[in-house]
Amino acid sequence: MGRYVIRRLIQAIPVLIGATLLIFVIVFALPGDPIAALFGDKRPDPAVAEVLREQYHLNDPLLLQYWYYISGVFLRLDFGVTFADVPVSELLLGKFQVTLNLALMALVMEAIIGVGLGLWAALRRGKATDTAILASTLLLISVPTLVSGFVLQLILGVKLKQWTGADIFPVAGTSAGWRAYLLPGFVLAGTSIAYLTRLTRTSLAETLRADYIRTATAKGLSRRRVIGRHGLRNALIPLVTYLGADLGNLMGGAVITESIFNLPGIGNQLFNSVYLREQPVVVGIVTVLVLIYILANLVVDLLYAVLDPRIRYE
Amino acid sequence: MKKTSADVLPVEGGFGNEPLLAVDNLHVEFHTRQGTVRAVNGVSYTVSAGETLAVLGESGSGKSVTAQAIMGILDVPPAVIPKGEIRFKGTDLLKLTEEARTQVRGQRVAMIFQDALSALNPVFTVGWQISEMFRVHRGMSKADAMKKAVELMDRVRIPAARQRVNDYPHQFSGGMRQRIMIAMSIALDPEVLIADEPTTALDVTVQAQIMELLAELQRESQMGLILITHDLGVVADVADKIAVMYAGRIVENAPVHDIYKGPAHPYTKGLLDSIPRVDLKGQDLYAIKGLPPNLLDLPTGCAFHPRCPYRQDNCVTDHPPLHEISGTRGSACHYWREVLDD
Repeated sequence: MGRYVIRRLIQAIPVLIGATLLIFVIVFALPGDPIAALFGDKRPDPAVAEVLREQYHLNDPLLLQYWYYISGVFLRLDFGVTFADVPVSELLLGKFQVTLNLALMALVMEAIIGVGLGLWAALRRGKATDTAILASTLLLISVPTLVSGFVLQLILGVKLKQWTGADIFPVAGTSAGWRAYLLPGFVLAGTSIAYLTRLTRTSLAETLRADYIRTATAKGLSRRRVIGRHGLRNALIPLVTYLGADLGNLMGGAVITESIFNLPGIGNQLFNSVYLREQPVVVGIVTVLVLIYILANLVVDLLYAVLDPRIRYE
Repeated sequence: MKKTSADVLPVEGGFGNEPLLAVDNLHVEFHTRQGTVRAVNGVSYTVSAGETLAVLGESGSGKSVTAQAIMGILDVPPAVIPKGEIRFKGTDLLKLTEEARTQVRGQRVAMIFQDALSALNPVFTVGWQISEMFRVHRGMSKADAMKKAVELMDRVRIPAARQRVNDYPHQFSGGMRQRIMIAMSIALDPEVLIADEPTTALDVTVQAQIMELLAELQRESQMGLILITHDLGVVADVADKIAVMYAGRIVENAPVHDIYKGPAHPYTKGLLDSIPRVDLKGQDLYAIKGLPPNLLDLPTGCAFHPRCPYRQDNCVTDHPPLHEISGTRGSACHYWREVLDD
């Protein structure tokens, strides 16, 4: 197992380099001049601009620029500084926390609601409950985040407060602690909940047809134990993969949700930084996202071994 | 206190002259979109304590469905039991509540399945799966139940049981897996054991060992054993009597020696003739002509008539009852005398 973890971590290096190089090149290829952007509407003094260019290595070849950057990240944990001379790591630290909170809230909701509804549907297959759950997942999948976000914000955030007087779901910001993430978390998790519901339903229904379920019944176990112990343990395996891989998607997909609910996360930052052509910030965010993605997948693979003893990592 | 099976079933020995288990005129149908599949059409057989009944027949003959009906593990729906009784010690299992049925299942009537790899749960250790019987039904602690599991694994002769109790099913060979399946089924000393093609998925040498083990366990505990198989070679040594099934009916039942001496039904005769024999080496192997019947649309009269070499006109129209040949033998053929004389 230990060797497997090390091998997987080594395999992650080319992925990381590839991803960061790609994003570095793309940001570089964007039209416009970062120095010009730095001066905003004013025309930069050519001499000052030239000094700045030299200072930020902007005249060096692209690959050399990349090397300056990536070596800084991995050798000194230095993500560089913004044009405003703020260290990128400092800028991102609090924002990553916000996005991570949001993504984890979404993940928890996904796991509880998605798996719960899926199991319920699987146990009521072909009945009205099942049909209703399937229909609502279809609705969840087809309504875009932009719509569901604003609608839920209006109804649960604004109207509910007007009607009841209690501020259950804060409309925006993070000042309300974990409650601030309830509504955006649900909006962010929306489509994932729907997919996970369907995946769970199929997985459990499939499992319940297996021979070992018949054996468990023949052992004289209660239906509850047959499904809860023998069925669920097996049905969970594919769900863990989905959930793990989805953590990365949720973090990357938080841009819209963060702007609807005005959460100061990396989604917002990423959008602004792309706009301002702040290369170090954009690449820094992507690098950390790739790292999280790789780690999440590693955790999934290890969980897999725990859940399914047939998979051995030697 | 937890309800035990004794509360819902008559006391030991209180079932008079009834055999241990009696299946009586059992019908099982599956309602599918294509129509009604009549899988079992009036099957009756009995097993007494210490007796081995071999139920013989090809795929789709209804032998496994009958067994699953006894266990109560048919999926209802689509399966329906419109008629018949399954009496265990005189109590009709089909009339019991689901709760009472669960108390019988696994504890007093147990079952072994064909493919032990898919019949054992892949994500739990074999020790966990065997000991579950003691934990759930006997309320034992984890440690005590595990000790029992090791004892059982010893009893079915799994080498180094103590070291292997925490292994998973996929880490065992086919024969060892079937032994684990057997250990699990005999855990609570059931009175009836149903073995549904227990050796079909195994090598020939391993087959013999498993059959020997089953016979030995049965001798020790005086279980009634129902051995379901399509392999005539397997039954000769261990069975006391044989019931041959075709298209959901019993076409012949007899003590095992009588059948091998001379079958009284053309289908049984066909089965016996299709066993490869060393003394007929080089000759073509006999095969029963035609295909098994479509259960959605059974032939009129005798279901075997389209494939039968003894067919007469009335076979197409008249369904043959199970003619009594002697006290212990019957054949569902209008011309059983001719078949017997051949």
